[in-house]
Amino acid sequence: MAIIKTEDLTYVYSAGTPFEKKAIDSLNIEIEEGELVGIIGHTGSGKSTFIQHLNGLLKPTSGKIYIDGTDIWQDKQTTLETRFKVGLVFQYPEYQIFEETVYKDIAFGPKNMGLSDEEIDKRVRETAKLVEISDEQLEKSPFELSGGQKRRVAIAGVMAMRPKVLILDEPCAGLDPKGRDRILDRIREYHKEYNSTVLLVSHSMEDVAKIATKILVMNNSSIVCYDEPPKVFGMADEIAKMGLDIPQITKVFNALKEKGYHIADDVYTVPYALKKLLSYLDEKGVKLDA
Amino acid sequence: MEKIIEAKDVWFHYQNEDFEEENAPIKQVLKGISLDIKRGEFVAVLGHNGSGKSTIAKHFNAILTADKGKILVDGIDASDDEKLFDIRQRVGMVFQNPDNQIVATIVEEDVAFALENLGVDPLEMRERVDNALKDVGMYKYREHAPHQLSGGQKQRVAIAGIIAMCPDCIVLDEPTAMLDPIGRKEVMKTIKKLNREHGVTIILITHYMDEAAKADRIVVMDSGKTILDGTPKEVFKNVELLKSVGLDVPQVTELAFGLRNNGIDIPDDIITEEECIEEIIKIIEKAGK
Repeated sequence: MAIIKTEDLTYVYSAGTPFEKKAIDSLNIEIEEGELVGIIGHTGSGKSTFIQHLNGLLKPTSGKIYIDGTDIWQDKQTTLETRFKVGLVFQYPEYQIFEETVYKDIAFGPKNMGLSDEEIDKRVRETAKLVEISDEQLEKSPFELSGGQKRRVAIAGVMAMRPKVLILDEPCAGLDPKGRDRILDRIREYHKEYNSTVLLVSHSMEDVAKIATKILVMNNSSIVCYDEPPKVFGMADEIAKMGLDIPQITKVFNALKEKGYHIADDVYTVPYALKKLLSYLDEKGVKLDA
Repeated sequence: MEKIIEAKDVWFHYQNEDFEEENAPIKQVLKGISLDIKRGEFVAVLGHNGSGKSTIAKHFNAILTADKGKILVDGIDASDDEKLFDIRQRVGMVFQNPDNQIVATIVEEDVAFALENLGVDPLEMRERVDNALKDVGMYKYREHAPHQLSGGQKQRVAIAGIIAMCPDCIVLDEPTAMLDPIGRKEVMKTIKKLNREHGVTIILITHYMDEAAKADRIVVMDSGKTILDGTPKEVFKNVELLKSVGLDVPQVTELAFGLRNNGIDIPDDIITEEECIEEIIKIIEKAGK
């Protein structure tokens, strides 16, 4: 069964004013449990509006949202429960850290869920370990940490609630390459460990390509496609036209194909590109070192 | 070529603000940086978080002053308090977050802000503000409120505010980190135009390798020192060294590096898609013969 399902989901900002704008327009999507979905789309494509519907932060102008088969707006209780089922990490989540210690900050969500102290402690420690925050750092003030560490703490705070669906809005924004890889790595680890559904919003096809099992492309308030990464990267030209970046390596292999050197259609990471190119060269009789 | 900025053996550490840790070891952020920037150059500075790249940049317009060593801006000693105005007029800074830099409620008033502080004649001010907005392609938004603009547009307004002061040099500290791909392209185009057409010296601090590849020169920092300094081609050759300090190289450079490791004869200084495509075709065609 689909963990997330929407039916003609539509949202209009500032309805009835001169600033009226349809941010999402009749979205129909089903996302299966356990997927790690990369959501890409340029600013204003509707991706943030879409994810804010999934845990009931926004109420649809029309249409329905089902989480785990239940209409999240059927009654007040269900809407409330959805907020625990679907965890949302905003952009620059480190700005939302407020507790005195890292431990307390990560414990804040689980505490609100009404869990026992023992369970809270277990979750805080497990999650801290997962995002590579040491026991010593747990006792520190979050403000003594570096930017990358703070970001991991903020993400851990939502992960510790063990939501069935974890949504992260641009979790890598503003980080250096090492920091980006580290965050993506931790998200992948969480996905593997708890087998939850993860949605990751990004401008960067490259980041998404590294970890996603499926990619959802949004443009002009609609869903353009929802498919496996190789299929989506096959549409590189269309995606570039939407104002999104496509990996440099994808552009190179597409250009080679146009020139009559068809090596592979689904290249978006360097190791894979190298593997495909080497076996192509091998076939063409280029001498390689063993 | 004439030097606009000279850094000679610059050392710097931040004051420890925590009283309890009075005896905590001092962390040196800059450990003897020597660097000359020539007038009209476009220099990219790379380095992972904490490498000291923003700290050195803040020395270039005297937001910070060196503990030891010397900074000369257009020949003026940056440690001289009396010359602060002269230095800031020569070197302007643009920061990461567009929302933190805009002070006025109307675009053109924001661009005029610094000029008002400098006491520029109103007629001249009008002209400089208009020209600056035209240079960054934001003239038609001059009467908009900043909050109606996109991130890339706001960042260009921030840049206009700097160029209205007619600086010799602009230091941009990760100006595109918070922008989407369209916004990044707009800002990069603006920076390049200022450099090529108006001869403004550009110092661009960035995490994006593709942006750095467009500069004339790249300086790589690690642990408060410069470890590489050269043209993009010279710098990106050092794939393993760059990766070891937490940086990346362009994907095409990495691919060529992988091919070389497998015994394939391909240049080690590929940084653009075009070069990469051309070289791969050469290899395939050579094998076919």
